Amino acid sequence: MSTPAPALVVTGLRVTLRGTDTDIVDEVSFSIQPGEVLGLVGESGSGKTTAGLALLGHTRRGAEISAGSVLVGDRDILKLGLGELRRIRGSVVSYVPQDPAASLNPALRIGTQVMEVLETHSFGADQTERRDRIAEMMREVALPDAPAYLRRYPHELSGGQQQRIGLAMAFACRPRVIVLDEPTTGLDVTTQAHVLGTVRELAALHGAAALYVSHDLAVVGTLAARVAVMYAGRIVELGSADELFRSAAHPYTRRLVAAIPHLSGRRALVGIPGRAPSPGSRPKGCFFAARCTLVQPACEEAQPDLRMVGDQHSVRCIRAEEVIGQAVLASGAADEIAAGAAGEAVLSLRGVHAGYGELTVVHDVNLEVAPRECLALVGESGSGKTTLARSIAGLHHQRTGEILLRGTPLAASSRGRPREARRDIQYVFQNPYGSLNPRRTVGQIIRQPIELFGGVERPDAAVAEMLDRVALGGRYADRYPDQLSGGERQRVAIARALVCRPSVLVCDEVTSALDVSVQAAIVELLAGLQRDLGLAMLFVTHNLPLVRSIAGRVAVMSTGRIVEMGVVEHVLRAPSDEYTRRLLSDTPSLETATA
Amino acid sequence: MKLGGIAGFVVRRLLLGLLVLGLVSIVVFAATQALPGDPARSILGRTATPASLKALRDQLGLGGSVLSQYFSWIGGLLHGDAGNSLAAQEPVTDLLGDKVVNSAFLVFCSGIISIPISVAIGSYAALRRDRTFDVSTSIATLVFAALPEFVVGVSLVVIFATTVFTGFLPAITIISPGARPWNDMTAMILPTATLVLAVTPYVVRIMRASMIEVLESDYVEMARLKGLPERTVIVRHALPNALGPTFQVIAINLAYLAGGVIVVEYVFNYAGIGGALRDAVSTQDLPVVQALAMLIAAVYVVLNLLADVATIIVTPRLRTRL
Repeated sequence: MSTPAPALVVTGLRVTLRGTDTDIVDEVSFSIQPGEVLGLVGESGSGKTTAGLALLGHTRRGAEISAGSVLVGDRDILKLGLGELRRIRGSVVSYVPQDPAASLNPALRIGTQVMEVLETHSFGADQTERRDRIAEMMREVALPDAPAYLRRYPHELSGGQQQRIGLAMAFACRPRVIVLDEPTTGLDVTTQAHVLGTVRELAALHGAAALYVSHDLAVVGTLAARVAVMYAGRIVELGSADELFRSAAHPYTRRLVAAIPHLSGRRALVGIPGRAPSPGSRPKGCFFAARCTLVQPACEEAQPDLRMVGDQHSVRCIRAEEVIGQAVLASGAADEIAAGAAGEAVLSLRGVHAGYGELTVVHDVNLEVAPRECLALVGESGSGKTTLARSIAGLHHQRTGEILLRGTPLAASSRGRPREARRDIQYVFQNPYGSLNPRRTVGQIIRQPIELFGGVERPDAAVAEMLDRVALGGRYADRYPDQLSGGERQRVAIARALVCRPSVLVCDEVTSALDVSVQAAIVELLAGLQRDLGLAMLFVTHNLPLVRSIAGRVAVMSTGRIVEMGVVEHVLRAPSDEYTRRLLSDTPSLETATA
Repeated sequence: MKLGGIAGFVVRRLLLGLLVLGLVSIVVFAATQALPGDPARSILGRTATPASLKALRDQLGLGGSVLSQYFSWIGGLLHGDAGNSLAAQEPVTDLLGDKVVNSAFLVFCSGIISIPISVAIGSYAALRRDRTFDVSTSIATLVFAALPEFVVGVSLVVIFATTVFTGFLPAITIISPGARPWNDMTAMILPTATLVLAVTPYVVRIMRASMIEVLESDYVEMARLKGLPERTVIVRHALPNALGPTFQVIAINLAYLAGGVIVVEYVFNYAGIGGALRDAVSTQDLPVVQALAMLIAAVYVVLNLLADVATIIVTPRLRTRL
């Protein structure tokens, strides 16, 4: 295969904390061909956004680029002065930000914001030409090109439309390199699928070299032919998406792939214990050594170099050959998940409607959850799934219809429910950063329900036992929430919910704020606890593949109604509802990535 | 209410403002009723006979029930008649006319100078965050915010109006009857400077805080990554978004200037409404007190409305919700 000159060559990029020798990102090297999309994958804190921004010669407050080169053609971006950088930014190298809602200026019309890129870089001879170019771009990102539409303000657009404006702005000057920083995070799967399609078409159409930064391996896999995996500020593996998914050479990549839920074929998710070393506390040897199952003394002596293990496949591991030789996706078969209503339902909903003021967001929901059963409630944002979950827990008061706990109707408000009913239904919230009181220790947080509901002989022992059960250990009891990582906080929240032995656990998007490897560990934990304690669980999520790893039955929710409900295997293999089918086909997964 | 957009909002808010003023009028009236003492006696003195006191009370409209007094007062206000001053025996509107103009002009001068200056200083301090300019303005604004106005005023007089140092500016502002304050601008300099120094620190600090937040925002980073010149980034992208919260503070400070500058007027012997209010309270000149209280309340209502309108103009998201 003859390769044309790459559009972008990054060599030895190093970004440090300003004024120190502490690196955030180091030894980052890769190249991208014109029209190619390179995926840059990493978990939060891996330095992927820092690396992406450095391609525009930009760092966030408190950081500086201290070494390396970023060649676009024969020009080194990192050697340019501020004036020259401005001329390059937006015209030669452009950027699509993570959060479109926050990145568009709320006080300026979208047309103005697109036009100023063209004006600043003197694209086109006059305003007429520039206006024609804007209209062309709007058509390319599948938005209306009418002047009236361009006169809208950002808040008058949906999230997907805002991100399309971001894309139009980025491609407007026909840049040679484009950095996309998680542009679909926070979008619905359907919207995400459209935006991803647009990115792929535009990169190919304009012959632009695209760097697609993301935490989601499945998304990157559907979009990029080659993927670089970042860990603790280094690229640990770089190769074709296919190689990474099927025969990864780095243990971290292996574990990352094993942590991704599958759409087809049930299997248990395997999380990665421990966490990545942060800047300043990185060891001299391999950064992954502390979490690696294949670690040997040589690993801890020196940082392994990035070396080739295949035609276009490089890896930073001294035991890469052994890793490749291992069985693919070493994640065990899952235990059988109970899929039928075994025995009488512990929780049943009959004709439940819920809403806010005039607006009804949940319509006529009927469902039952049996003991020892996990029912997944799946839907996109705004489908009413969280409102329904809150109604069950008595946190959302404006609802009609019946919610029964062991056949006894419950009051709409948790205050109106007997103590025993409140103890029996527990809730884990989406955001572990907001749901734990920062002024209380983990031990006090977990003890609170015991003090409230009583019935536990030795509270201290119960707290310690719960901490063991959620794999934190008793020494966590004296810590404060801000000393914990997101995954650890969510474990505390789960311990708090389970300490008084409820029979129903409602989990509201409990993994959506977490990294994939942490998500896998939490799901693993919840599935185990649910089995051991015989919980009836309602698992609310927008992540369809995740459902297979935890739930026996699934209810799909769309615009406030349950459109399909059944055994997970059946629903995912042969969905009967049009909406479920669309949701399935739009969901990026390893299957679509490696197809 | 079918009116949409800003016009509809202004109309709705004006109606609300009238309601507020109505409530204020009740409070003001009740409060002046509760003042101890008898206006008729304080006019006629200790030697007045009961008959003459009663005659004067009737003449002043103090004879009827409290309710009828309130309605005759409010009815008069609506026709632009605030009644007669008890002390000066002339219409309140004639008595206060000049002073209202004087005070308004002083507030106008202070505002027109302090607002642009504080917006500029606050923005620049935000841009130079943690550098020398930022640190020194931060200290200076804290010092001036902590100093009472009369200290600032007296210090300015000592420095600029006494022979100790320069003595080239008038220490007091004498506005002769029939003259307007703008006839002698040199006399305006010191009172205006005092008020500018009193107001600027607050606006600078809120502007700085607001600007720092905006400069850290994703859309400002995005504007820079689009390659826009720094000037455009600041003026077009950052400034309008940082001004929103600042308008509210400006409005509150201007309203404060309108009603609460008695001390400054006293220092410079400036014939404004602050001094008039003090005199009226001490002579129990109820119609004057009432008229001034209503006027100051109206200024608060109008300035807050203006601030809200200005905020809406720089915040399109709020416009859609109207």
